[in-house]
Amino acid sequence: MTDTIAPSTIALRPDFAAIAEWIDPGAKILDLGCGDGSLLRYLRDTRNVFGYGVEINDDNLLSCFRNGINVIHNDLEAGLSSFASDSFDYVILSQTLQAVRNTEGIIQEMLRVGKEGIISFPNFGHWKNRVQVISGRMPVSETLPYNWYDTPNIHLCTLGDFEALCQQCNARILERSVMNNHYRPVNFLPNLRGMLAFYRFESRD
Amino acid sequence: MQDSKSVGIVIPQYVQIDKPLQLKSGLSLDSYHLVYETYGQLNAARSNAVLICHALSGTHHVAGVYAENEKSIGWWDNMVGPGKPIDTNRLFVIGVNNLGGCHGSTGPASLDPHTGKHYGASFPVVTVEDWVETQAQLAEHLGIEQFAAVVGGSLGGMQAMQWTLDYPEKVRHALVIAAAPKLTAQNIAFNDVARQAIMTDQEFYGGNFYAYDTLPRRGLRLARMLGHITYLSDDSMAAKFGRSLRNGELSFGFDVEFEIESYLRYQGDKFADLFDANSYLLMTKALDYFDPAGSYDGDLNLAFRVAKANFLVISFTSDWRFSPERSREIVKALLKNELNVSYAEITSSHGHDSFLMTTSCYHQLMRAYMDNISI
Repeated sequence: MTDTIAPSTIALRPDFAAIAEWIDPGAKILDLGCGDGSLLRYLRDTRNVFGYGVEINDDNLLSCFRNGINVIHNDLEAGLSSFASDSFDYVILSQTLQAVRNTEGIIQEMLRVGKEGIISFPNFGHWKNRVQVISGRMPVSETLPYNWYDTPNIHLCTLGDFEALCQQCNARILERSVMNNHYRPVNFLPNLRGMLAFYRFESRD
Repeated sequence: MQDSKSVGIVIPQYVQIDKPLQLKSGLSLDSYHLVYETYGQLNAARSNAVLICHALSGTHHVAGVYAENEKSIGWWDNMVGPGKPIDTNRLFVIGVNNLGGCHGSTGPASLDPHTGKHYGASFPVVTVEDWVETQAQLAEHLGIEQFAAVVGGSLGGMQAMQWTLDYPEKVRHALVIAAAPKLTAQNIAFNDVARQAIMTDQEFYGGNFYAYDTLPRRGLRLARMLGHITYLSDDSMAAKFGRSLRNGELSFGFDVEFEIESYLRYQGDKFADLFDANSYLLMTKALDYFDPAGSYDGDLNLAFRVAKANFLVISFTSDWRFSPERSREIVKALLKNELNVSYAEITSSHGHDSFLMTTSCYHQLMRAYMDNISI
């Protein structure tokens, strides 16, 4: 396999490192909305995982091919019927939740297909977003770089919102980590100071 | 855009194989020959060989041209060549005419050494498994122990799959394009109408038309016209022909009026002169019989349990003869077996024939995948 991603690019993705920390070496992974495949590639190179990405966009698909990762061209909204129940150690949804239409459906599917789910998303409750809303405008930030009229992000939420949804979907949260806008861990007032949230969860059933 | 060009002038080669071939039907052939072409150079490690399997009407002439005929361009010349997605600067590519075909390999039009007459109707029915066995004999002849990739579209994709089941150690990558794990009843029905068209032609003489110095041209022509309709999509036919009339007005008769009629008749006529009717019957039967899950109670997951190759599966949105759903069945079984697999569903309006087109996304993905194959 040829190398196309420079190590420096990976160093700029502390969110990848946060997810990798939770992954057991050699695990079997499904990465939903895998983009150009760089997370899966990173996990393959650092955690020796075996896995597949799921992606709908043609350009991203091509990047995945170039990155030498397995990728399945599939619309997440159509469910994960190609994948058998309990067939993965981890099902990851990295910064994609906010763009998914059928949010509950995808969480149910993650719980069905994987032993554990990992979801990361931009925290809408971050103080910078709150300040912009209070000042009368929709937020535009590092993690939410779009204007309200052209954003693919249709389901934004806060830490509190997500945790309530997990409850509703019968998902037990196993671990949470939160990063501020300098990608440093946040322990105090996470829903206000956290920019990116990471959750690891499993089914209560 | 990388610089890509033709492999240039190519010369077919022949291999005579005297090892008896036990066929799936129970019959056997004592000996046979295969015609093939190669492009690029086999490297010292013999690790860069790629086998291209052809579809129903394909041949060993995959790329390049013949010296005496500049129009004789290989059927997948847009895919195979120096700087092309299957890059002959790096890979040693082999095209072979399948046993039972009519382009140089032993087939119904060949002379049976036992009788000195054309095999005709006595040529045994061959299957995808039988073809893989003959291709393995060719690989041995060429000194290739393992293919970097086996690649095929449609019926060719079925051969690529079969390779991973019969010779799991001999295929590193299988590229299965516009294929299916088995034909549907509708597909078999189309094939049977085509066969009936041929077999009910009075010039067919039960398959022994060679002895009567004639051809079941009308039957073959109809078979091809029917097949051709199913390889295109409603949209692509509408875009290319619509309801255009050849003479601009209705003639209130039964001669050729619409452009589509003219096109299909032309395609049918051309094919009827080039293709052997018995070979057509054999090729359609091989399609009908292909069903690797058949020996496992219909469980495709079990069928693929022996496979070890890495897979690329590609389908095309407008292909209704081998629809994306059928490719996803293959992908599902590969996923179940935890094999390396990537799957792409290409947006294309050209129907089943899309796999022969140069759709940019399709060729880019093919190139990216092939470039990542280590040799």
